[in-house]
Amino acid sequence: MRVRSWLGVAGALLLALAVLAALLAPLIAPYRPMQLDLRARLAPPAWLVHGSTRHLLGTDNVGRDILSRLIWGTRISLSVGASAALLGAVVGSTLGLCAGFFGRRIDAAISWAIDVQLAFPFTLFALFLLAVFGGGFLPVVGVLALATWVNFARVVRAQAEVLRTQDFILAARSIGVPTPRILVRYVLPAALPSIVVVGSFSAAQAMLTEAALSFLGVGVDPTTPSWGAMLELGRNYLQTAWWMAAFPGLAIAWVVLGANLLGDWLRIRLDPRGGALR
Amino acid sequence: MSEALLDMNGLEVRFGSTIAVRDVGLHVLPGEAVGLVGESGSGKSTAMLAVLGLHPPGSAAVTARRLRLAGHDILAVPERTLRDLRGRVAAMIFQDPLTALNPVMPIGSQIAEVLVRHHRLGRSAAMMQASALLETVGIADGAGRLRDYPMAFSGGMRQRVMIAIALAGQPRLLIADEPTTALDVTVQAELVRLIRGLQRERGMGLVWVTHDLALMAGVVDRVVVLYAGRVMESAPVDLLYARPLHPYTVALLESLPRFEAGPPRVRAHATRDVAPAAEGCPFAPRCPHRFARCAQMPPLFEDRGSLAACWLLAR
Repeated sequence: MRVRSWLGVAGALLLALAVLAALLAPLIAPYRPMQLDLRARLAPPAWLVHGSTRHLLGTDNVGRDILSRLIWGTRISLSVGASAALLGAVVGSTLGLCAGFFGRRIDAAISWAIDVQLAFPFTLFALFLLAVFGGGFLPVVGVLALATWVNFARVVRAQAEVLRTQDFILAARSIGVPTPRILVRYVLPAALPSIVVVGSFSAAQAMLTEAALSFLGVGVDPTTPSWGAMLELGRNYLQTAWWMAAFPGLAIAWVVLGANLLGDWLRIRLDPRGGALR
Repeated sequence: MSEALLDMNGLEVRFGSTIAVRDVGLHVLPGEAVGLVGESGSGKSTAMLAVLGLHPPGSAAVTARRLRLAGHDILAVPERTLRDLRGRVAAMIFQDPLTALNPVMPIGSQIAEVLVRHHRLGRSAAMMQASALLETVGIADGAGRLRDYPMAFSGGMRQRVMIAIALAGQPRLLIADEPTTALDVTVQAELVRLIRGLQRERGMGLVWVTHDLALMAGVVDRVVVLYAGRVMESAPVDLLYARPLHPYTVALLESLPRFEAGPPRVRAHATRDVAPAAEGCPFAPRCPHRFARCAQMPPLFEDRGSLAACWLLAR
């Protein structure tokens, strides 16, 4: 428990630093993300031979500052991750709530959709959708939510199914509380801790997938500095300029690790059996 | 004669192929208290849930020759009307106060739920009324406890909160489903007095569901005894104690613990190991007086003010 909570704090810290970088990007990034410095193309990081403190983490093939692009890229990664998790949470929790509470046909239909979603090779599916309908922030978030909603739906469905037969639900019905209100005020609050936990794991999953999609060239927007796109670009220069790929890779690992550590800790912390719910 | 609050006749509740309640009738007038007695699994609670239309449509099939709650045909009205009746015309107190309150909602909000819904009160007016209700059911400093969660209350206190919720809609019929079973004996006595007092004071009809026949004396006017989903006997409470007609009622009364000297009179054959008969009188397999006619279900025979379903009375 001791170690776990230390790791949780570490995860929160990793994420907090990333959020701070995203918010303060215009202030702390030494250059604008698109600013070219053609005389300093493929400059190595500052601590290597030929490196200079003008570009701490080096530059890419057209002389853009890697550190600045990483800092700006935080915005894309975090906003896509958070939005996809949020959208997935809203859609997935609603469907899971209905499936678990109403059961029967509604449950059968939603559970079927969950199974189909899980059985599908998701990255391929996302690639197809984005290739056909075009990329951009909203389409990417929408496609990622297509993957995350299942996580929420499964967990909330299981909880709602247990709660539906509880006495206090029957008691609420016996005083005339309408079903939508029972769902929102009686069932949802009990599922909320699980939703938070699944949310942090889903955000990590979404950030990773966003990087993968950008790597494959169907990401948010080729002109915005996305970590995945940087990674892809760096792939061509692995032999000569490893820093072009290595630092975006580390950045992705940074936020995904942060979100997962936080989620892991929340899972234990918010477990009702741990008694730390209130 | 005033209109019956509850007029139930020939109620049947099926779960798949299992018949949990069959041919049960119950009649409650305003101000009248009726006890519904039977052992667990006899269909008492199932029958009462049907009164409020609380069985989910998929799981249970509810039919009746007549099922009227304050004049409304429960089996015919739409869900909207049912919701409007629940809590306002009839309210229910449940057996286990530890599970019947929403653990993640302050009790004030749970009481106010009824007031806002049925009496169109604003939030603050509802809260004031909720604190008054808490004091009515014997919780001191009602206003100060509105924000407390159920976990801050003991079992007996939680049952008082349940009663406050049930009273909030000013129902004309109160259904108490074993309200004291989960509580210890001293608390039990207090709550019986509380519910009985409130019922008399407000002139409500009361259905008290219990497995404890001894509890009924001085609480209800009439007792209906159920066994395996059927009515065995229906009698004024004094007559039931003084002159039980049905062999099952006799066995129930004999099984009550007494302080009198003498060997215990619980009979060996009167155990739960003997399954109720599927055909005819369900009590026949455990009955000391069983004879050939018991293979058919007897109708209710009247005998000097009591009704009992037993062929012995046909002679």
